[in-house]
Amino acid sequence: MTTMDLNTAPLKGQMDRLFLKKRLMNFGIPAVILAYLTYIFFAFDVPGLWERASMENARTLVSDTYSYKTHVTRDNRDGTVSYSVEGERKGEYPEGVAPAWVTPGETTVIDLEDGHVVRFGPETVEYDIPGYGLVTATPTQGQGVVTTLPAGEVPEWINVSKNRLAITTDAGRLTVTRNRAEVFRYFLGWELFFFTLDSPYHGMGPVELLSHAVSGEAGAIWQDFWTNKMWRHSDVAWAIGETILMAFLGTFGAGLVALPLAFLGTRNFMPVRVVRFVTRRLFDFVRGVDSLIWTVILARAFGPGPLTGALAILITDTGTFGKIFSEALENVDEKQIEGITSTGAKPVQRYRFGVIPQITPVLLSQLLYFLESNTRSATIIGAITGGGIGLLLTQAIITQKDWEEVAYYIVLIVLMVMLMDWFSGWLRKRLIKGDEGGH
Amino acid sequence: MADHTAQAPRTVAEIRDAYTDLTRRKRLYGGMLLVIFVALMAAGFRTADDRNAGSFIDGWHRMLDYPAEVLGEAAEKAAELPGHIVHFAPALFETLNIAAASTLIGAIFGTLLSLMSTRGMALWPALIPLFRRIADICRAIPEIVIALVLIFLLGGGPVPAMIAIAIHTAGALGKLFSEVNENASLKPVEGLSSVGASWAQRMWLGVIPQVGPNYVSYALLRFEINIRASAILGFVGAGGIGYELKNSMSWGQGRYDEAAAIFILLFLTIVVVDQMSGALRDRLTHGARVGAQKTGGRQAAKTGA
Repeated sequence: MTTMDLNTAPLKGQMDRLFLKKRLMNFGIPAVILAYLTYIFFAFDVPGLWERASMENARTLVSDTYSYKTHVTRDNRDGTVSYSVEGERKGEYPEGVAPAWVTPGETTVIDLEDGHVVRFGPETVEYDIPGYGLVTATPTQGQGVVTTLPAGEVPEWINVSKNRLAITTDAGRLTVTRNRAEVFRYFLGWELFFFTLDSPYHGMGPVELLSHAVSGEAGAIWQDFWTNKMWRHSDVAWAIGETILMAFLGTFGAGLVALPLAFLGTRNFMPVRVVRFVTRRLFDFVRGVDSLIWTVILARAFGPGPLTGALAILITDTGTFGKIFSEALENVDEKQIEGITSTGAKPVQRYRFGVIPQITPVLLSQLLYFLESNTRSATIIGAITGGGIGLLLTQAIITQKDWEEVAYYIVLIVLMVMLMDWFSGWLRKRLIKGDEGGH
Repeated sequence: MADHTAQAPRTVAEIRDAYTDLTRRKRLYGGMLLVIFVALMAAGFRTADDRNAGSFIDGWHRMLDYPAEVLGEAAEKAAELPGHIVHFAPALFETLNIAAASTLIGAIFGTLLSLMSTRGMALWPALIPLFRRIADICRAIPEIVIALVLIFLLGGGPVPAMIAIAIHTAGALGKLFSEVNENASLKPVEGLSSVGASWAQRMWLGVIPQVGPNYVSYALLRFEINIRASAILGFVGAGGIGYELKNSMSWGQGRYDEAAAIFILLFLTIVVVDQMSGALRDRLTHGARVGAQKTGGRQAAKTGA
């Protein structure tokens, strides 16, 4: 009994310490995480973020992604009225054509629905606001914009000054300055997605289009859609193709370069230690020089474009693949190689039939796994070097007004990545039997 | 293979013929696949080359010009290099902070997503497909997309990059974590629910201790990836070392020593973090080799399979 007692005391002490440690870990780790996040909260100045955040920008962004506006503009100097979607030249209505909700004439009547009516008279602009009254504004050269409002206090959605009148209602927006009067009317959806206004097929329903297509105009219809100036479908398709091309060339090119190099970095195939060491450090170096740095260096040599992106992916992934492949090669079963050797095979045949079949599953599944993740990298690299859908996306964001295009590109990018994910998974399952969806 | 045995060849000659036939067909398919692959690579390369601003033939020998220029200038002004490195250390620290914070936040949301989308652990089993789709979409969005939109809304700085990387990380880790969850035993969960534990208690006490080491190992791997991502996002205006790199590059010739300092900093950081997390991951998934043998041994038994 005494010996037992002597033995249990230190054991108990050990267990107590273990439990104390576990208890501390249980509370300590969440506490550390919380402390770190609090530090980040203040280090990144999150409280100050709300002041810097632009609600105005957020509103434009959100409303732009699901709606568009048509501008009706009158030049006050010569009285001409023009109509255009989003106020862009490529969205202009052809000469003499007006939207259905505008009645052109001496007085242009613009119906904003729900009783809101704007009239561009020869001299005066009138806006009839239900529940408020009639606002008139006369732009003059001498006294600026002469505005008359209904009696009472000026509501905050009307902004009047000497030279400018701006009214924002739910139905639309009117601005009158000395030189021009402009009305925006908002609509749901993405404007002119299929055909621009100069196309004869604009505004046709699917059934009508189909009947035109059947009667031999399919080519013209496709042409008008494909060369749509507003949405540039052909450019977008090319850009997505370029992005996938970058990922494809980069991934498989890296695989081709890395495979022979990987042999040089293994203990069982490379007896010379110096070569092994140099190869391994080369892989580490290439991996350590981030893809960002490779992209910058390559962009200097090759200029912007998909080739630069493909090479950046190729070089970075050569390091990664080299490391993975040499690890796989070190785990190769020697018995198969011995068996092949015993039949009198030459070295090349030994590698071909003894080694390659063993590492093919690892090789293929890694290649396909990287193909998917490189599609995402190619988007990012494209944004830096200038190629593919990444470039289109940054261009659209820089304009700060084509948010519907940004939304369109984002949807396309997400679909593209998901499609590549699905495709590489499918191919992996087909090519490698018994692969359980892992690596 | 059932139809194969039905009309199995009987004589040796037939067997040999069938075998050579099979081999020939296999070789033909393999050859065809190879030809298609090579053709695709060649055509792809030509297309990429055509659409690039400069072609491969003209550019490849200039590839080392820029690094040589940068390094040459850095070597010339070697005395200033330590000063530059100290100057850019805060920017590097910000990049590391972005990566660490986004990995942490991403891991927390990834854990929730993975628990919500694993059978037997989900709080609302009917919503498993929904949470899986959410994880898929989070994973599919490249960081740069969210970062650029958020930079427009919130202005430049580390927060847009952090949010963008965290969203992607949540999706990526959510998928990896749910694979880990599927191998976890549900018995502790059942035991806990039999004593009336709430969902949070069941997960925290029944699941997390089982999957913890693997979670941490995946999160560390993600941290490495996120350092690279946050450096890249800095380049498009999200602060940190990438932003400094872009600035110092735009100074052009004569100021390349700053760019060189940043290159060196970034390279060293990535290598050091790679090595450290590699060692740590090895310890987590294969168990500690020394000390605390009880816990180490148990972890190894759990995760070593």
